[in-house]
Amino acid sequence: MTQNAENVLDHLELFRGPEYQQMLANKQKMFENRRDPAEVERIREWAKTPEYREKNFAREALTVNPAKACQPLGAVFAAVGFEGTIPFVHGSQGCVAYYRSHFSRHFKEPSSCVSSSMTEDAAVFGGLNNMVDGLANTYAMYKPKMISVSTTCMAEVIGDDLNSFIKTAKEKGSVPMEFDVPYAHTPAFVGSHVTGYDNVLKGILEHFWDGKAGTAPKLERVANEKINFIGGFDGYTVGNLREVKRLLGLMGAEYTILADNSDMWDTPTDGEFRMYDGGTTLEDAANAIHAKATISMQEYCTEKTLPMIAAHGQEVVSFNHPVGVGGTDEFLMAIARITGKDIPEDLTRERGRLVDAIADSSAHIHGKKFAIYGDPDLCLGLARFLLELGAEPTHVLATNGSKAWAEKVQALFDSSPFGKNCHVYPGKDLWHMRSLLFTEPVDFLIGNTYGKYLERDTGTPLIRIGFPIFDRHHHHRYPVWGYQGGLNVLVWILDKIFDEIDRNTNVPSKTDYSFDIIR
Amino acid sequence: MAALRQIAFYGKGGIGKSTTSQNTLAALAEMGHRILIVGCDPKADSTRLILHAKAQDTILSLAAAAGSVEDLELEEVMKVGYRNIRCVESGGPEPGVGCAGRGVITSINFLEENGAYEDIDYVSYDVLGDVVCGGFAMPIRENKAQEIYIVMSGEMMAMYAANNISKGILKYANSGGVRLGGLVCNERQTDKELELAEAMAAKLGTKLIYFVPRANIVQHAELRRMTVLEYAPESEQAEHYRTLARKIHNNAGKGVIPTPITMDELEDMLMEHGIMKKVDESIIGKLPTEVAHA
Repeated sequence: MTQNAENVLDHLELFRGPEYQQMLANKQKMFENRRDPAEVERIREWAKTPEYREKNFAREALTVNPAKACQPLGAVFAAVGFEGTIPFVHGSQGCVAYYRSHFSRHFKEPSSCVSSSMTEDAAVFGGLNNMVDGLANTYAMYKPKMISVSTTCMAEVIGDDLNSFIKTAKEKGSVPMEFDVPYAHTPAFVGSHVTGYDNVLKGILEHFWDGKAGTAPKLERVANEKINFIGGFDGYTVGNLREVKRLLGLMGAEYTILADNSDMWDTPTDGEFRMYDGGTTLEDAANAIHAKATISMQEYCTEKTLPMIAAHGQEVVSFNHPVGVGGTDEFLMAIARITGKDIPEDLTRERGRLVDAIADSSAHIHGKKFAIYGDPDLCLGLARFLLELGAEPTHVLATNGSKAWAEKVQALFDSSPFGKNCHVYPGKDLWHMRSLLFTEPVDFLIGNTYGKYLERDTGTPLIRIGFPIFDRHHHHRYPVWGYQGGLNVLVWILDKIFDEIDRNTNVPSKTDYSFDIIR
Repeated sequence: MAALRQIAFYGKGGIGKSTTSQNTLAALAEMGHRILIVGCDPKADSTRLILHAKAQDTILSLAAAAGSVEDLELEEVMKVGYRNIRCVESGGPEPGVGCAGRGVITSINFLEENGAYEDIDYVSYDVLGDVVCGGFAMPIRENKAQEIYIVMSGEMMAMYAANNISKGILKYANSGGVRLGGLVCNERQTDKELELAEAMAAKLGTKLIYFVPRANIVQHAELRRMTVLEYAPESEQAEHYRTLARKIHNNAGKGVIPTPITMDELEDMLMEHGIMKKVDESIIGKLPTEVAHA
C-alpha cells in the first residue's frame, strides 16, 4: 500500500500498513537493542511509587520537561504589541526560528520577527557588524515604524552592548537618527519568557519616557485621567485584550493598552497580508507616562516594569491573572476606584449570570481535585477560581515560580477551606508533576499541550488551559478574563468532566445504566 | 546627596592594580566617602586588604551553590571591611573553563537589581588584565563607570596593555559617557619610568594622574592583608595614596576620550626614550652565517 495521488494517506494511516509495520518490527529487532520487556515494565511501575517520588524530588542537577520558555520569546511577544513594530533579535537565526514557530503553532498565524544572524565570526569579533547591517536591512525591507531589539544567549555570553551598538549603527546610517530603536538585554539562560516580556516592555517605555537613550529630552509627566493597562505574557491575549477593552469601554474609562498585540494573531483573511496589525501607537506609548495609574494583570510579568512606572509618579496596581467572580470583582473595583466611575448595571448582570452558571453546575465541580501547572500568575488565577468553585487545586506547580510566588499561593490556600490539602511547587518541572499524579492522584490536570504526555502516562484527564496549546485550535480567540472569560473557563472544565463521566459509563449492559443524556 | 560616582581600575595582570585601588579607596573612605568595591576578576583578590581575608566568597560561587543567581540575597555576597567599605567579588570559573566575562555581566546585573548601589558615594570596579571580551567591558558600558583609571608602569608590556585598554574605552566612549580618567604609574624602578609614563599619557591624550613610588611598606602591609592606610597611616606611602585619592576625587568629569596608538608608534616611543634599540630589518629571521655571507 504505497501512496497514490487520488487518496493521499496521512502518517496516521500510512504507517499502519503492513509494509511499514514489518519494517518497524525489523528495525526494532535488528537495530534498537531492546531491553527485556519485563524489566521495562518493572521500571515503569517503580516510577509510580512514593519511593521513586522521593528520589525524583531530591533531584538537583537535572530538569526534565520544564514548564517554561526563555526570555527572548517573551521579548518578541511584548514587542509585536506596538504599532508597526518588528522584533529584532540580536543573535543567531535558529533562535528566532523557534520564537516564530512557537507562536505560529499556538496562534495558527504567521509571526514576523528578524534576527541579526550571528555566526562564528560574530561570536569571536562581536556582533556589531550584524547589528549595523541587520538594522539597515530590516528598515529597508520591512518598513517598520519601530524596531525593538532584544538578545539571545550568544550575544549575551560574548557581552555585546546594545546601547552602544545601536548608537554606532545609527551613526553609520543604518536607520535615521530619530528612528525608534528601543532595546532590552534578554539572556535566555536567566529567568523565563515572563522575564523577557517584562524587560522589553520596560525597555520600550523607558525609551519613550526617559529621553530615547540620551537623544531627546526626558518627558515631564503631566498627570491626566487615563489608565494604562498591561496584560502580560498570555496565550489568550487575542480574546483577553478585546474583552478588557469591552469592559473598560463599558466602565467609561479612558485607557491605553500597553503592548496591545490582540490584533496580531488573528488577522482577517481578506486578501491582504498584514505584517503589522493594530498595536499600541508609539504616541500612546510615550503619552502613557501622563496616566493616573497603571494596572498590570500579571504581577510576575511586570516585576521590573511596574516599579519603573511607579518611580515616574503613577499609582501601580497588579493582579495575578484574575479568573472568575472574585478576581474580576477586584479588577473592576480597582478601575472604579481609580477612575471614580461606577460599575455599570450591564456588568453587574454579567456577574450575576456567571454566578448563576456556577451554581447550576456546582454539584459536578464541588470537591473535585485538580493539578495545575503553568506560568506563576495563571496558576494563581486558576487556583483561586477553583477554590471559588469549591474544587481543590491539590497540586500547583510553576517551573518559573519563585519562593515569593509560592508564599502567595500558600496564602491563597489558607484563605479557603478547600485549600487545606493543597500544595504548591515552585521551580519544579513536569517530571515532578508526573510523580505527584501517580502518588497523589487528582481528578483533572490543567495545563498546556505538553500535559498530554502526563495524561497518557498517568490517566489524568487534561484540560488545556495555558501556553502553548498546539494541538487544539483557536482557544486564544476566547477570553478567560472578565465574567465572560470566567464562563469560558467554567465551560471548558465542565465539558471535560462530562466527557469523563460519559467515557466511564459507556459500556453497553455493564455501565450504561449511567450513560445518561442529561447531566 | 551627590550623584553616585562610578570609577574603574584596569591594567595588566600583576601590575599592582588591586593594591593600588584598595589603598586609594581606603584613603577615599578616610575622606568620608561611602564606598563599594566590585571585584571583577575570577581570582577574587580585589578586596582582601580591606576585608583582611584570603578571598571572600564570590557572587558566582555562591550562585553556583544556590542553584541560580536569582536565589541569592545581597547580604550573602556583600561583606563590610575597613572603614565600612562594602566589598563584593564577582568571581568566575577556574582557569581554562567557562566564561569569566559573562560572570562579570551576571554579577553587575545582580548588584544593580538588588539595590547594592543605594546609599553609597563611590562604586569602584577592579577589572582583571585587559578588556579581552565584551564581558570585561561591562563596567565601561553606559551608566556604569564614568572614568577609567589605568594602572601601569614603565615596562613595555604594561604600556602595551594600557594602550589596549584605551582601545576598549574608545569603542564605548563615542556612543556613551565613559572616559579615560588617566594613568596611575605604579613604580617598578625601570629606566626613565616617570618620563615614559608621562609620554605614554600624552600619546593617549590623557595625563599621568599620579606616580606612586615603590616602597617596601606596601609589602609589609600586604603580608598582614592590610592597606598601608590602615597598617601605617602616618607613613609617607599612606600620604602618597591620600594624594592619589584626592586627585581622583577632583578629577570628576575631567576624563577624556583616549587616542590609542599603534604598536609601531608604541615602539617608536620607546626608541625615542632610548629604552629600545632600532631593529636592523636586514637581519631578522637570518642565521649568523647567512648575515656574514650577505
